[in-house]
Amino acid sequence: MAKAKTARGRGTTLLIATRKGLWQLHSEATRRTWRLAGPQFLGHIVHHCVADSRDRRTMLAAARTGHLGPTIFRSSDRGRTWHEAKQPPAFREGSGRVVDHTFWLTPGHVSTPGVWYAGTSPQGLFRSEDGGATWHGVDGFNDHPQRKAWCGGDQDATPDGPKLHSVLIDPRDARHMYIGMSSGGVFESTDGGADWRPLNRGVRADFLPDPDPEYGHDPHCVRMHPALPDRLYQQNHCGIYRLDRPAERWQDIGATMPKSVGAIGFPMVLHPRDPETLWVFPMDGSSVWPRVSPGGKPAVYRSVNGGKSWQRHATGLPRTQAWLTVKRQAMTGDADDPVGVYFGSTSGEIWGSRDEGRTWKCLAAHLPHVYAVEVA
Amino acid sequence: MRVLIPNPLRSYTADAVAVVALGKTLAELTEDLDARYPGMRFRVIDEQGQIRQHIKFFVNGAQIRSLAEPLSDEDEVMIVCALSGG
Repeated sequence: MAKAKTARGRGTTLLIATRKGLWQLHSEATRRTWRLAGPQFLGHIVHHCVADSRDRRTMLAAARTGHLGPTIFRSSDRGRTWHEAKQPPAFREGSGRVVDHTFWLTPGHVSTPGVWYAGTSPQGLFRSEDGGATWHGVDGFNDHPQRKAWCGGDQDATPDGPKLHSVLIDPRDARHMYIGMSSGGVFESTDGGADWRPLNRGVRADFLPDPDPEYGHDPHCVRMHPALPDRLYQQNHCGIYRLDRPAERWQDIGATMPKSVGAIGFPMVLHPRDPETLWVFPMDGSSVWPRVSPGGKPAVYRSVNGGKSWQRHATGLPRTQAWLTVKRQAMTGDADDPVGVYFGSTSGEIWGSRDEGRTWKCLAAHLPHVYAVEVA
Repeated sequence: MRVLIPNPLRSYTADAVAVVALGKTLAELTEDLDARYPGMRFRVIDEQGQIRQHIKFFVNGAQIRSLAEPLSDEDEVMIVCALSGG
């Protein structure tokens, strides 16, 4: 495996989206010391903030407040100043559907500067062609004749609203994309979103009567490897899976996790260069789904062989009575060597590792409930 | 007519507590507000033309639930964010 150029010398910036605003954590080149900056949008619920790696200047933040409708804020100077979108994501008038919030943001393909995608709650897919200033529904999904069957009705939604997330664009082909839905599963388009099909075989849906249904699954986070786009992984409500295209059936790679820990969690991070290495943050999925660190002992699990085996990494994390919840967008990795891995908890802590997850340090505490952590 | 703006919306009005807007109905008033303060309408009215769940409109002190409510120039409209959150 060739060693790619890293970002050494520039330091790392984390974008921390929380229930009460947006913060940034900045490090110097060694990633040993960190400086917290913020808040911006104090009081706003910021679900996701993402930097555009295509121009290194643009950032988008998906926000709403407790009362006001959802919107998108845009920055063209790396977050120093922000302007509101002229036309945030909204369903078609007459459709009867209302966007509660934009949940997920993804920059488009490198060949389409200015294109962004947004996933919403309830599930909707939107596209911008002007850097997030105006948004339009991807009719091929939002008005797909099968969408209601795929997504289910209101009674099928998660308590905090069903979500469309994990919008993945194939780096080889701007028209090839995947999405995940918390109520629905993983779907694929090969024509820029005009048509979609489910891609869920092999993934369990224990909460449904059919043990191997075509759709209706609950993927929590789906990732595509940037250097090997035919390699997909997902952290699902029912385990951890891997798919090597053109295969159509996911393989269960969570079965090798320790039984006392289980294979349930929300986030998943892939190594930027090695398709065999990934990290997950298991949470208790038993009984009423506490979704906190199993036994109160938080740990990150890493695989270096595509999920054949897993290693527990917890050095530096609290050893006991630490009931952490890490949401699906709240764990990320930088492109440095060794890779830095970071996560934020709903209890307002940001943890970071400079050595690919082996050891951990608390980078910030006393923040509000963290929804998302991304590297800028 | 005079429109009283709640705190969460004052980022649109350069912190003005009260503004002037026109409209023969509450719907027209919200469209006029949006023309003067772009983006404000979508934060209180959803894409299906309904008042958002935690927003209330009062006209001369009485809560109004329909955007078809007729208005006159002497009316005072208050936009209120219902108590909620945490």
